[in-house]
Amino acid sequence: MFRVGSGERTLVQFELDGRPVSGHVEPRMLLSDFLRQVAGATGTHVGCEHGVCGCCTVLLDGAASRSCLTLAVQAHGRSVGTVEGLAPGDGALNTLQAAFRKHHALQCGFCTPGILMSFTDFLARNPAPTEDQVRDTLSGHICRCTGYAPIVAAVMEAARTLRGDATETAA
Amino acid sequence: MKPRPFTYIRPETVAEAIAALSEWKEAARVMAGGQTLIAMLNLRLVDCEAIVDISRVSELSAVTRTRTHIEVGAAVTQNALLSRPDLAQEVPLLAKALPWVGHFQTRNKGTVCGSIAHADPSSELPLTLALLGGEVVLRSTRGTRTLKAADFQRGLLSTARENDELVVAVRFPLGAKGEGTGFREVARRHGDFAIVSLAARARADAIDLAVGGVADRPAVRTIARADLSRLDDIVDALAADLGGFEDIHATARYRRDLVRRLARPVIDEALSCSA
Repeated sequence: MFRVGSGERTLVQFELDGRPVSGHVEPRMLLSDFLRQVAGATGTHVGCEHGVCGCCTVLLDGAASRSCLTLAVQAHGRSVGTVEGLAPGDGALNTLQAAFRKHHALQCGFCTPGILMSFTDFLARNPAPTEDQVRDTLSGHICRCTGYAPIVAAVMEAARTLRGDATETAA
Repeated sequence: MKPRPFTYIRPETVAEAIAALSEWKEAARVMAGGQTLIAMLNLRLVDCEAIVDISRVSELSAVTRTRTHIEVGAAVTQNALLSRPDLAQEVPLLAKALPWVGHFQTRNKGTVCGSIAHADPSSELPLTLALLGGEVVLRSTRGTRTLKAADFQRGLLSTARENDELVVAVRFPLGAKGEGTGFREVARRHGDFAIVSLAARARADAIDLAVGGVADRPAVRTIARADLSRLDDIVDALAADLGGFEDIHATARYRRDLVRRLARPVIDEALSCSA
């Protein structure tokens, strides 16, 4: 049985956006803090720290999860995906990111990393969503700038683009 | 805020998990998905010396179906159960209530048993288990026992679980032929804690109505079909009886009003689904 005493540190290793990361941390360290403070991956933002705002959402073995409601030790041996792994290269955006840019689906951008990760998981499971389904998933995030309508438009367009034009015409 | 220091224990088997609970007892908290517990640790609303993380106990990650019920293991996430292809046929009320539990992102980690063990009076899953008359399976080094939902949930965040026991599974009775169910909820934002939630089951001769978010635990009432003509009076009496509580989200009176307004639609939904 794996056990780390109070105040002791343990080695945590996992795959972050395709690259190995590691650090010695106390069990009480949150994954969100590990990403920002140990791995230096500040693309993931921290808002409320109790699972309500959605800013810190990352992919944990592909599933959108709150990194502030995950202990760093729980990520050991798993794969973690963040906004920093989305772009295909320097100066390039992936389909979802490009749709956000086109539709002005962000203003200050604080909430955006989490929203992008949620919809990365969502669109992989549901390539042809309805607007209602998109709004339902978006309810797990708080954005104080956009009023949400441009985000819904961006996700719907990204879904159409990812499906290809033929599907778009059929829909 | 951040959690205060604690000892982290990650068992791989149920035997190891209950051994750890037997050693630490009330000083330990069981963590499955952590979607409520870690938030409470961050806010320091919960203080514990040890966390027993059961999320990697593979024997707790199964959903099994018997002739009478589905049994959901303690490590099964809410989204894993929701994506079960036959859920809407097996336990139709679960398929209706689960989309209201937290958000897509928290359902990916949050567990079915964890929600029931936490026993929040406004939670959807304890309400569902109470309405259907489900069971909770508890295990410790002393043995295994099974409790009816009504005997398990004792009050606000309070259950009959002894501090060395692990909730290993919950059992939801399969929907019977001809039954219909309905679910309604009011929250400030979809996925937030319900202010009031209602579930109904229409059987051949009676309606079961469950109300969450008003009293300190789900309240279940059975209304004979013959009495449906007096439904408004019955619901008025039920709302008055439950009383309700006031918090930052709603007054007690508003909660009682929601019960009066939602009872008929949720019962109508159950009746329209029944054969």
